[in-house]
Amino acid sequence: MRRVLNLEAPPQTASIRRRSGKLRDSRITLSHGSGGKAMRDLIDDVFVGSFGNAALDPLEDQARLSLADLVSRGDRLAFTTDSYVVDPLFFPGGDIGALAVNGTINDLAVSGARPLYLSCSVILEEGFRVETLRRVAHSMAETARAAGVAIVTGDTKVVPRGAVDKLFINTAGIGVIPRNINIAAERARPGDVVIVNGTIGDHGAAILCARQDLALGTAIESDCRSLHGLIRAMLETCSDIHCLRDATRGGVATVLNEFAQAASVCIRFDETSIPVCEPVKGVCEILGLDPLYMANEGKLVAVVPRECADQVLAAMRMHPAGRDSAIIGEVSAEPDGVVLLRTVFGGERIVDMLIGEQLPRIC
Amino acid sequence: MKYVDEFRDPVKGKVVLKEIEALVERIALCRQRPLQLMEVCGGHTHSIFKYGIEPMLPKAIEFVHGPGCPVCVLPMGRVDDCVALAEHPQVIFTTFGDAMRVPGSKKSLLQAKADGADVRMVYSPMDALKIAREHPDKEVVFFALGFETTMPSTALTVLQAEREGIKNFSLFCNHITIIPTIKAILDSPELTLDGFLGPGHVSMVIGTAPYEFIARHYHKPIVVAGFEPLDILQSVWMLLKQLTEGRCDVENQYQRVVPDAGNDQALAAVGRVFELREFFEWRGLGSIDHSGIRLKQSYARFDAERKFSVPNLKIADPKSCQCGEVLKGVIKPWECKVFGGACTPETPLGALMVSSEGACAAYYNYGGLELARLIRTRSAPNEASV
Repeated sequence: MRRVLNLEAPPQTASIRRRSGKLRDSRITLSHGSGGKAMRDLIDDVFVGSFGNAALDPLEDQARLSLADLVSRGDRLAFTTDSYVVDPLFFPGGDIGALAVNGTINDLAVSGARPLYLSCSVILEEGFRVETLRRVAHSMAETARAAGVAIVTGDTKVVPRGAVDKLFINTAGIGVIPRNINIAAERARPGDVVIVNGTIGDHGAAILCARQDLALGTAIESDCRSLHGLIRAMLETCSDIHCLRDATRGGVATVLNEFAQAASVCIRFDETSIPVCEPVKGVCEILGLDPLYMANEGKLVAVVPRECADQVLAAMRMHPAGRDSAIIGEVSAEPDGVVLLRTVFGGERIVDMLIGEQLPRIC
Repeated sequence: MKYVDEFRDPVKGKVVLKEIEALVERIALCRQRPLQLMEVCGGHTHSIFKYGIEPMLPKAIEFVHGPGCPVCVLPMGRVDDCVALAEHPQVIFTTFGDAMRVPGSKKSLLQAKADGADVRMVYSPMDALKIAREHPDKEVVFFALGFETTMPSTALTVLQAEREGIKNFSLFCNHITIIPTIKAILDSPELTLDGFLGPGHVSMVIGTAPYEFIARHYHKPIVVAGFEPLDILQSVWMLLKQLTEGRCDVENQYQRVVPDAGNDQALAAVGRVFELREFFEWRGLGSIDHSGIRLKQSYARFDAERKFSVPNLKIADPKSCQCGEVLKGVIKPWECKVFGGACTPETPLGALMVSSEGACAAYYNYGGLELARLIRTRSAPNEASV
């Protein structure tokens, strides 16, 4: 007697069958993006194997998240997306995977949100090494685990050689903003104090040095790290933080300009008060770059009411992500929309937004 | 940073400023107009703005920002030639980064790259030679640009290519020499300069003797200056000292880098490979005799201009552009009608707005508060029309 094929197999069985695929290829081919068996093996072996969590494991076309759980955490959803194209993929202090997780976590966290879920979408160049992809996926998983967020959905595409450079990653993220937190660039007020959480320019300098064509021979580590723990500590000290932004591309100077313009205030700061580590100073000196415009991946700029400044600074310095925090400037009313710097030499000049810098891909 | 921070010490700066003020008072008593000091080199312009030096000085001292930014004085026709070379299907065009954004009459190198030309940014001509080794099937053209500072490295790269027998490497040579240009500025009837800050890096190669004519024939003092803020203040002080004592000498403030005799080896390499052009077009200044450099006939096989035909057209600057007057110090950057309005670092009309060493870009990026207000009023109508 022939058995009728059971089309409605229980999900557990299907799941076990899917997991049985073990990726044996050493390089990515176009078939890994074709939607067939090879792609399934790639996803199961490399991604699900690393990321594994309750929302991802059923491998539906979407992650299903409990609304009640989200609502219990706050009153607004924070939602963001970012693409990562850094070259080289691995650099001192991090890699594209850690960057893709921390970068999106930080974009959520600077709203005051608790980051919860991430997506992971990768575009692979034909010929990319599977082993390298494993390292990146592992790094993403480790970074997400350490940060307490789950990677719950994703996508994989493969394009012909030369159509992308090795590997591009997009991560979107959602988090929940607790009630009574209202952080916005337009809230900078005269009298407020400006704080950064440590040495600036480390990531940009690390990437420049990791590029072999510069042959600078210094090993500067990227500051790539998640900031939501630090931000939670800051908000526990002062729930009325006015502005927060992570100073990625364009650096601290760009964030200060965004604050000054959004709130129509003047921000004055002092070059000597800005923490910059010696090797970064050296690299900037040789290449004629300004650390104020260099990218960071674990640095934030906060504008806080003067009366809370000392406590917030103390709380930041207690946190591993804020040990070298420093007050760098203050907000005044006039002239509005302008950022002014007192130079190391005692002169004063305007600090504008970055315009058309010729730098390699840094994030 | 050792050997750098010492030259940025604000306490020492104040001491020098006091001395400068005392000298200026003595000079100003017998003068109607401000003292005009030209910093020839774009590196000085950049430092003066980056450290906010000009507002610290007495009002009686005015800096005139000279022609020493090689990107800024490149005429538009030469940029068009670059684009034509870059768009040649056989060519990989290599250039320093700051030349990528200089506007040609139709496009910049950056736009040509976006349109499909193989334009690559390099940090040194040796990087370009490396690309030539890696792509024997392509012609790698290096956009050789700059004063005597960068000439030796280009010359040494050509000599290296010759040694290795590399045939697919050539230069689009736009090297220029500063001395005939200073002379042209001194001969200009509009000029009212009182002294010069001499270029530090150029002098490291050529030494201080080539400036003697400035003191002897034109009776202007010149001080070869370093690039740190204290270097610049000390050099200003040295110029004022000469003026109060009625002297016109060539002095060297930057002795820790500049040997009075220059660098023999560098000059030898330059002399082996390059020769003077009869004349060369400078943006804003016009044609200046013997101010351009080209490869000698014996190195013609490394000359992109002889290997390929370039349009070599003379293109006039946009009429509204007053780069020439700014370069000669006749007007200040903000007195140009398009400054901050039609011409900004994002959309430069004139070359002085492109490079961070250009006077207009320096004023735009680092200028004082009043300038920021002016820029805002000039840019406002544009925003409204978007």
